[in-house]
Amino acid sequence: MSVDVIMPQMGESIAEGTIVKWLKNVGDKVERDEPLFEISTDKVDAEIPSPAAGTLLEVLVTPGTTVEINTIVGRIGAAGETPRAGKPADTPAPSAAPKPAPAPAPAPQPAPVPSTATATAPHAGERTVVRSSPVVQKIAAEHGVDISLIDGTGEGGRVTKKDILSYIDSASRPSVASAPAPAPAVAPTLSAPAAATAAPRAAGNAPRPQVFPAGQDEVREPMSIMRKKIAEHMVMSKHTSPHVYTIFEVDMNEVVKRREAMKREYAGEGVKLTFLPFFIEAAVRGIKEYPIINSSVDGDTIIYKKTVNVGIAVALENGLIVPVIKHADQMNLLGLARTAADLGERARTKRLVPDDVQGGTFTITNVGVFGGTFGLPIINQPQAAIMGLGTITKRPVVIDDAIAIRPIVYLSLSYDHRIIDGADAARFLTVVKRELEKPAA
Amino acid sequence: MTGRHLIVRALDLGRVDYDDAFQMQKREVERLQRNEGDDVLLFVEHPHVITVGRNADGSALVADRRLIEARGARVVATDRGGDVTYHGPGQLVGYPILRLEPGRRDIRRYVHDLEAVLIAALADFGISAGRHPEHRGVWVGDRKIASLGIRISRWVTCHGFALNVATDLSYFSLMNPCGIQGCVMTSMTNELGAPVALEAVRARVVAHFGEVFERDMREEMAAHVH
Repeated sequence: MSVDVIMPQMGESIAEGTIVKWLKNVGDKVERDEPLFEISTDKVDAEIPSPAAGTLLEVLVTPGTTVEINTIVGRIGAAGETPRAGKPADTPAPSAAPKPAPAPAPAPQPAPVPSTATATAPHAGERTVVRSSPVVQKIAAEHGVDISLIDGTGEGGRVTKKDILSYIDSASRPSVASAPAPAPAVAPTLSAPAAATAAPRAAGNAPRPQVFPAGQDEVREPMSIMRKKIAEHMVMSKHTSPHVYTIFEVDMNEVVKRREAMKREYAGEGVKLTFLPFFIEAAVRGIKEYPIINSSVDGDTIIYKKTVNVGIAVALENGLIVPVIKHADQMNLLGLARTAADLGERARTKRLVPDDVQGGTFTITNVGVFGGTFGLPIINQPQAAIMGLGTITKRPVVIDDAIAIRPIVYLSLSYDHRIIDGADAARFLTVVKRELEKPAA
Repeated sequence: MTGRHLIVRALDLGRVDYDDAFQMQKREVERLQRNEGDDVLLFVEHPHVITVGRNADGSALVADRRLIEARGARVVATDRGGDVTYHGPGQLVGYPILRLEPGRRDIRRYVHDLEAVLIAALADFGISAGRHPEHRGVWVGDRKIASLGIRISRWVTCHGFALNVATDLSYFSLMNPCGIQGCVMTSMTNELGAPVALEAVRARVVAHFGEVFERDMREEMAAHVH
């Protein structure tokens, strides 16, 4: 009785392997589990143990040949059994060998098995039918590509994996989910950020339409590391803190005036003055009056923090990150503007260092960037509160019983109800509103 | 997580010759194939050396051997998968010698997991790295920051990864790294524009290794190696 030696499947998604070397010659005795041959798949070399003890009777696939998994690559006979002369291998490897190699490993004694011939013959006839390997066919199916449209550069016009990948690459953009674009999959996230609403575009999908291959109702895509971290952090936060939300309407008329007046002066300093520093400044003022907003929970203890380090959620292509403005309480408007601009720029160009995203005590997220009237962000643990900024929009408002048109923003505060009650949140937001609405000097 | 946590001993061996490290790995592989003791993750820093994997046809070595030797590097043939690469000071080389559990006996997954460990560690330093659609290793955009070369025998892993922390990148110009023509190599120092300590990177790699492979990591002194 002989035992077939097959090309093992070295992983769920691996369809083929290349025989690199036979470690035994035909006629050699082999123990069960003794290394028998070496293969290479995905650039990883692996040593394959013998499935049985006995004598290596036949080598059906020669080194350098790529065959699909479960292909019979050799045969082992009972100990002492000798390879019979002249008997051709009964079942030639079906899809074996893009390039049939000249001869099997030198067989010492009796007659060498003419495995070369048997492996080659059916293949020549097959070539017109099977123009590609199972791997290529699988890729084709995944992408809905008709292989016959591709010019194969492989032997006999065979379409290689490289051919199909470059075909897909050149043929279609936006790309298919299962063929991720070479863009870096991961962005820096040390303390994974909060603010689920900060970046609707970032909340799971790249900002391009999902393409579904023909005949497929769904496309599965593994999460990036960043996505996983964000996911874990969000679930953890919702699980940890009972979130409550309060929303205030703020008239931005005075800020708009102040900004207009200061814009040029700031530009002279090389800083583009946005609305963000005004919000940070106002939030710091609010925290100074209501320090519970700048606290965190440790078991049954509330930790109040003297320093105010304000995290700013920045949307990235495939996620978000929250760089931190350290000692925001000691900065003037220019310092805040400069630091925020620098962190935002370095976040987008991926030049943040770990320290930049650590030590936040409170977070601000700009929901308005994406057009949101207001958002209800998730707290960035272990902080106690996060403020969401809506879009600044001109709205009709009633002032002294007259209707006026004013730039209005909705500010939301999401807070941990374990330690912050609605009254505290409202008092804090009242200060923020007062600061933003106070007449320009 | 279910079941017991398997332990991996992380050992920093410091500056070790490529051949010595290779012999050490071989002994560890044989030990694990006998199912004795714990899995290990060996960290080394090699003196300048160019290693030629088994998938190499020699064409990737672009510089004359004498030029290579003039720069203090040696050329060594090795039995890992992959093509040609360079190891040298400032590079964090990790050799995980692991018994892959039945649920993890998947070459592609193993490679993927190693890449995930390095990507996560790089992210801790603010470097946004990812995978390349065609090539193995870890990339920052189209620049390669870490290389992999692996050998698996009876589901015990050998060889591993080389992460450029503060590597002198000029050595890579002696070849086409990994057999990829026009491949641009980078390092953490190069990406960040600031020096990074090898020890700090190693600590993050160990931490993420434990997470990704769901193992308990135990850092030990090198004296304990078999």
